[in-house]
Amino acid sequence: MMRRIWITLTYIVFSLLLIAPLIKIFTGSWADGWSGFIEGITRPQSLHALMMTGIIVVVVTGLNTVFGIMLAMYLVRAEWIGRRMKRLLNSLVDLPFAVSPVIGGLMIVLILGPNTIIGTLFEDAGFKIVYALPGMILATLFVTFPLMVREVMPVLQEIGAQQEEAASTLGAYSWYTFWKVTWPSIRWGVIYGVVLTVARSLGEFGAVLVVSGNIMNKTQTATTLVYQDVENFNVVAANGVALVLAAFSVGLLLLMEWAKKRKEVH
Amino acid sequence: MNALFRGKGWSFGFRSAIMLYFVILIVLPIVGIYTQSFSLGWTPFWESVSDPLAWKAVLLTVKLAIIATVLNMFLGTMIGWVLIRYRFPGRRLLNSLVDLPFALPTAVGGLMILLLLGPNSLVGGLAERLGIEIVFHEPAIIVAMLFVTFPFVIRAIQPLLEEMDKSEEEAAYTLGATRAKTFFSVIFPTMLPGIMSGAMLAFSRALAEFGAVVLVAGNIPGKTLIASVYIFGEIESSNPQGAAAVSVLLLTLSFLILWTVNLIQGRRSDQ
Repeated sequence: MMRRIWITLTYIVFSLLLIAPLIKIFTGSWADGWSGFIEGITRPQSLHALMMTGIIVVVVTGLNTVFGIMLAMYLVRAEWIGRRMKRLLNSLVDLPFAVSPVIGGLMIVLILGPNTIIGTLFEDAGFKIVYALPGMILATLFVTFPLMVREVMPVLQEIGAQQEEAASTLGAYSWYTFWKVTWPSIRWGVIYGVVLTVARSLGEFGAVLVVSGNIMNKTQTATTLVYQDVENFNVVAANGVALVLAAFSVGLLLLMEWAKKRKEVH
Repeated sequence: MNALFRGKGWSFGFRSAIMLYFVILIVLPIVGIYTQSFSLGWTPFWESVSDPLAWKAVLLTVKLAIIATVLNMFLGTMIGWVLIRYRFPGRRLLNSLVDLPFALPTAVGGLMILLLLGPNSLVGGLAERLGIEIVFHEPAIIVAMLFVTFPFVIRAIQPLLEEMDKSEEEAAYTLGATRAKTFFSVIFPTMLPGIMSGAMLAFSRALAEFGAVVLVAGNIPGKTLIASVYIFGEIESSNPQGAAAVSVLLLTLSFLILWTVNLIQGRRSDQ
């Protein structure tokens, strides 16, 4: 009896909070029929915004993966960092989780903006950071920073250093050790981290909005375009772009489930 | 592994590059924002923070985040429990759906809520007739916060429930304890650390949320303007010092929360 009540309540919460909104996005973008949807996403600004989002996702995921894995290895294995220092660095990794995305964007504007020393220096060299793509990438890198490190670290801690050390003493080449011994065990953690990073960089809004200036056809991403469309009461067009983003997210969610299952097996 | 780090000459450069990246990307911006907010001394900082619109925005954010977190604690505990303990059709699907708010762009989440509860929608129209205003008022902000923080409590208690030793629970039943008594004296204490750390994370996320809220809040200064949107407004109107001052207030609060979570989790792993 109780069991049935709890299950029904769970279904109600899910339907109201998650399923109904998801369905609404799908039906909403068809409000003006197929042509309205197509028009919404084939506007030049939509295509440009989706391209910007694509570039950011690829660059950020690449950088975050390489640096994330390396940093996780240092924080777990390196002997040249003292224990206290390690603990301090370890707690610093989580900082971006505690920072509001808007504040993350503000930080970059404050340090690298056109009115700052570093910003002017770069601008004189013909390299614009804030209100341009590099700043947007930096902002997204900041926001996604902990995701990979936090996925890889626990796996490294769990497997221990013995196998790696054994491989090293037997005279194995260092990169060889990495690929043959370390990589197979961290692989699924890394893949899970990549999926999380893609999801986060695809959807990053606050930090990018502040840093980009949201200039149409220049620094506008898919999420900031949705925002602008809503502000301009162009809800159907916003819906089209939002549907594309939501479809990607659902795909990523499925990938997440799959990677999580593989992670548990290995 | 050590061989990889010892290497030849490149190892030192490589190592420094990674650490430099870490410091420049994470530490420098945070130091920057603290110095910027005090760049003109204490008085302007104090003036920015004591602006009635600023502290009203911060108070409103804290209030609504607390409401969203408390709701989340109840819903999260219930759902986490149901998804682990009961077997029923659709369980696995629901379990994967839990992470949807993490995968979905927050701006899309905000738009969904706007469409679903807005004045032209079924629910919005109904509520309006009853005299309840949702969108562009506080309830919509709470819904948005609840949506983005939905997975935290559930994901924090699930591993605890999975690990839990069933024999304790069975012992309680055998000794004649009622279901409710067993729940509150055996099961609930096991879940409590998860509920607390999940709630803390949810609270700090709710404090920081921007994308979902900015679309549904209406952003009326002093009424539905939350802190992160206030900061955004200050940046837009070229007042970076004021934005930084309020940011420092919000950041310090978030750091304290994160630190508490680490403390709770640290104590648990020490045991």
